[in-house]
Amino acid sequence: MIAQIFQVLRKELLIEWRDRSRVAGVFFFGLAVLLMVAFATPQSTVLPKIAGGTLWLGLMLASTRSMDQSYAVEHEHGAMEGLLLWPVDPVAIYYGKAIANTLILAAVAIVLMPLLIAVYGVEVKGDPLLLVGVLAFGCAALAAPGTLYGLISSQARGSSVLLPLLIFPLVVPAILAASNATTKILEGDPMQQAPAWLGVIVIFDAVHWTVMGMVYGRILED
Amino acid sequence: MQTGRQWGGVVGYDALPRRWVIEGSTITAIAGLIGFVYLIAMVVPAVRRALPFRWETPLGVYGLLLLLSGNYLGLFVAPGERMMGEVGRILHVHVPAAWVAMLSFFVAGIAAFAFLMVGKRGLDSLVEAAAEVGVMEATLLCLLGAIFAKPTWGVWWDWDPRLTSTAVMLLSFVGVLLLRGVVRDPDRRATWSAVATLLSTVNLPITYMSVKWWRSLHQDMSETTGGSTIDDSLRWVMYYNTWAFVFLTVWFLATRWRLAEVRAEREVPDALPEVA
Amino acid sequence: MLHVDDLSRRYGRRWALIHITLEVGAGRGCMLVGPNGSGKSTLIKCLATALSPHRGAIRLGGRDLWAERSKLRRDIAYLGHQAHVYDDLSAAENLAVWASLGGYEPDIPALLQRVGLDPERRDPVRTFSAGMRRRIALARMLLKKPRLVLLDEPFTALDPPGRELMISVAQQLKDDGAALVMATHLPAVATRVCEQALALESGRITYDGDAASLPPFEAVYE
Repeated sequence: MIAQIFQVLRKELLIEWRDRSRVAGVFFFGLAVLLMVAFATPQSTVLPKIAGGTLWLGLMLASTRSMDQSYAVEHEHGAMEGLLLWPVDPVAIYYGKAIANTLILAAVAIVLMPLLIAVYGVEVKGDPLLLVGVLAFGCAALAAPGTLYGLISSQARGSSVLLPLLIFPLVVPAILAASNATTKILEGDPMQQAPAWLGVIVIFDAVHWTVMGMVYGRILED
Repeated sequence: MQTGRQWGGVVGYDALPRRWVIEGSTITAIAGLIGFVYLIAMVVPAVRRALPFRWETPLGVYGLLLLLSGNYLGLFVAPGERMMGEVGRILHVHVPAAWVAMLSFFVAGIAAFAFLMVGKRGLDSLVEAAAEVGVMEATLLCLLGAIFAKPTWGVWWDWDPRLTSTAVMLLSFVGVLLLRGVVRDPDRRATWSAVATLLSTVNLPITYMSVKWWRSLHQDMSETTGGSTIDDSLRWVMYYNTWAFVFLTVWFLATRWRLAEVRAEREVPDALPEVA
Repeated sequence: MLHVDDLSRRYGRRWALIHITLEVGAGRGCMLVGPNGSGKSTLIKCLATALSPHRGAIRLGGRDLWAERSKLRRDIAYLGHQAHVYDDLSAAENLAVWASLGGYEPDIPALLQRVGLDPERRDPVRTFSAGMRRRIALARMLLKKPRLVLLDEPFTALDPPGRELMISVAQQLKDDGAALVMATHLPAVATRVCEQALALESGRITYDGDAASLPPFEAVYE
């Protein structure tokens, strides 16, 4: 099983690497959100306060694009059907894809961070290692429902509307926690609240990564 | 001791006479018991079949009567609320609305889980019914809450744990309904929406807890507690209305379930032709 | 080897397969013929475990195909309309991905040469023609040691050398003991590997017997 997950992950990353314009597209989408919010904010003194939240808003929207693309590749020549009929465990497919999506989002997040710092006028006053943890687990929180619902929406009509609507309510707790944690870390976190928020994200991840993996097989079989 | 028959300006008159409370509570208990017994009786298929009409109709009528009388009680008989005055009356229906909305979503979640285990079409229809009824009631809940909140705290909305969880649930289930609307194949639609429903239900406790945590760390906004300020002696009015809402909800669920079944019937395949 | 027992399957309200019964022994081949929409693809997909039987059962080597599908998929080779490839990877990489997912360790260059593709070529499959993609799918079939080989209109998009290749691969698999079922519009070609024939029309069997005695009917030529 672990081996299969690793193989699926390798395949996902290899495909992304081959056509890097896709990942670039995801990145630019996130960047666009950051910039738009900055432009739309009348007083620049407000920007540092909303930096954390805006980052996660951008990542969440970018994740929907990433999911769309991840599944478009599968449906081009029916590879998804091929995977179904291959002696590979559907659960392995889920985790392989979800991990790959997490890594892609995390990469986008890491590249967005310096831009966030520049455009929103913030500094990382708190623990940078903690920030990395928040980014990692937060992206995992976005990837888990996205990988599941991406499978559904890629096979249904109106997927561009459906996917965000399905994902958004589900990830609210994670986005809330991640935004707060990020904001606290950027501000310096005098009351050490960020680790607690990270704990919330980790719990969210634990629940959803388990449940979604269990259910993925049903959806794949259709 | 003043009676409860006061209009406006009831600050200071915060409790009903004891006799009222006992009588009121007894009436509420009996009213609920009648409906509850009926509901239990309806679980038996033989009883349902024996009725010349749809089993849920008397329950719906009863619920409506309770609702009308309950509203009368809440608006005219019970005194105004201790601190909020007349506006507090809306809590008599706002709190029950919250309970039945969550009840409907909960029913949807259970039905979805059962469907994934067992696969009977009737369960899928129940998921559809419960999701729609839940969305309707949650919307009503938000409206009632907004009407209450504006004069009381000056805002239409707030992001406390309860409201946020309600909004999240509402959005999740709107998503489920949208998904159902988009997928044509009945089997796929059933499986996918059951999964989405289940995930939405599982998500509720996490959402609630994380927002609660968020609020407890943010001391800046005042706590919106809503509902706990009803005096104990007036609770029976709220419970009375709760019965009304519960029985009406059962009626909504049953009726909507029937509609879903009728639609599903149209998708039932033709009979398998015989060997030529 | 393969026993189809009163199989019926519907699409929505319409029954696409009605009371299908079929037996194909190990090392034998059966062609499925019939006009478009007669149910050939549906039957092939049911045999591939992509679709479940709504009535009746399918048995492979005595075991119920649908009930044990996760174990039996290893023994089934399926070539459908789509090639199940990833556009961004080269032919060799595509094969490597599928091989690693299934736990196979083949000699990939040899396999590619067997199907007439250049093992050295590193271009992504995106640049390949449909016929070449078919060949990759053929190579993938050879990864397995299947007991059941399913081909859905395999000669589509193949030039005459390609057809010869398809025949030779099918023959090789049959010689190794597989049962072969091939849906086709070219009975004249299929007859080289198929001794039996099953004709379908609107989901029902209209002929079940030797391929040699198959009555002539309108065939669609690519």
